[in-house]
Amino acid sequence: MSWIKRLWHRLGSPRWFYEMMQPWQTGFGFAALVLLLIGTVWGLAFAPADYQQGNSFRIIYAHVPMVVLAQSAYMMLGAAGLVLLVWRMKLADVAMVAIVPVGATVTALGLFSGAVWGRPTWGTWWEWTDARLVSTLVLLFLYLGVYALREAIPRAESAGRACALLAVVGLVNIPIIKYSVEWWTTLHQGATFTVTKMAMPLEMAAPLIVNVLGAYCLFGYLVILNMRTEILRRERDTQWVGALREAQHGI
Amino acid sequence: MGMFRHQVVREWRLLLRARADALNPIIFLVLCVTLFAIALDGNPEALRRHAAGVFWVLVLLTNLLSLDSMFRRDFEDGTLEQLLLLSEVPFLPIVGKMLVQWLAAGALVVLVSPLLGTILQMRPEALVPLALALLAGTPAVSMLGAVGAALLVGVRRGGALLGLLTLPFYIPVLIFGTAAVNGLADGGGGMAQIYWLAAMSVLAVTLAPFAVWAALKISVENG
Repeated sequence: MSWIKRLWHRLGSPRWFYEMMQPWQTGFGFAALVLLLIGTVWGLAFAPADYQQGNSFRIIYAHVPMVVLAQSAYMMLGAAGLVLLVWRMKLADVAMVAIVPVGATVTALGLFSGAVWGRPTWGTWWEWTDARLVSTLVLLFLYLGVYALREAIPRAESAGRACALLAVVGLVNIPIIKYSVEWWTTLHQGATFTVTKMAMPLEMAAPLIVNVLGAYCLFGYLVILNMRTEILRRERDTQWVGALREAQHGI
Repeated sequence: MGMFRHQVVREWRLLLRARADALNPIIFLVLCVTLFAIALDGNPEALRRHAAGVFWVLVLLTNLLSLDSMFRRDFEDGTLEQLLLLSEVPFLPIVGKMLVQWLAAGALVVLVSPLLGTILQMRPEALVPLALALLAGTPAVSMLGAVGAALLVGVRRGGALLGLLTLPFYIPVLIFGTAAVNGLADGGGGMAQIYWLAAMSVLAVTLAPFAVWAALKISVENG
């Protein structure tokens, strides 16, 4: 168990994280590129068309990865918030700063792609009586709230902890919001796939799984990129960042 | 418990002495009901059909109005900091404040709801369900809202942000509240929704004080 302790201790050093994450960032970036390329080409060109929806179902290969990501990103935000509140680990605050814009963007894109998909399939851009649309919209508001709260509080440390608290309150409330919204459900088809049983034939689901994995890799890449940038910004007056600057840019 | 009683008495006195502040949210509520009635052309059918939903939305907005000032005065004159420094169960006085906020913004709304419901053309048999749903649901609204108010107490012009932070959390209360009133008024079932509202309130009363306490500590450190 001592390696956990050592890792925990090292996570306290932004410099260590910055240097250690360099290969991870590259790795996630490459994996995302390859997986998304394979999944998208496979899904758009080679997977069979749906017998009811024809080719319009193919938007699933963009829509589902984003929505899945939107929810997981909030879970991570809440987890980072909890770590910040309990152990006051600065890196958790950096992670929150990194996750919020990515999470908000995929949520917004998920809503948009859902609307574009809804138009040919249900004949409407937006359907209020559908639980998943509404709860994704609420999720977007939760992201925007965390973002706006950080902007509103001038002192960075307080802003971080306030956002952490809000994210944790959000985490507790999300299931309540989700189930109460689900209470209406009329129009939507059931969840597309679950861990236990596939609702789709494998040749349609496989590219989707590839794309979901690719989206997670892209998320990993973006969050690590944001975190490393934020670390540089926060540590800009330290010696090691100065040395880095001199080595890379000669100033 | 002494601290708790002391705080409740103090807040209550402050409320009575600043009667205009206390009445503002209710006046706002009556005003908004009037605006809705005018916007819907005073059409009794349309009003009756939408009354429950409209009323619940207005209750949520009214609550925001009273939450905004909930901690501000005590924050500015330093009372809040002293309350947080108390060693003996430091969040009891905070719970006292939250209780009085609910009395002013929640319980008072329950009391005037039959009157406003009548103005909104609700049928007499819908008025008791309305009051019951409000009684079960408004504690959750006040408690959740207090978390937002505590986070924003040190923020200048935090009022505009308060809506963004708290309104998404009110959605379950809005859903069950509206469904309860409509269901009971139509003679269908609605008690289940009332129980859900009550359950949410119990959960909020149990958990929110901790969140409010933590949020106030962050805000006080910031200010």
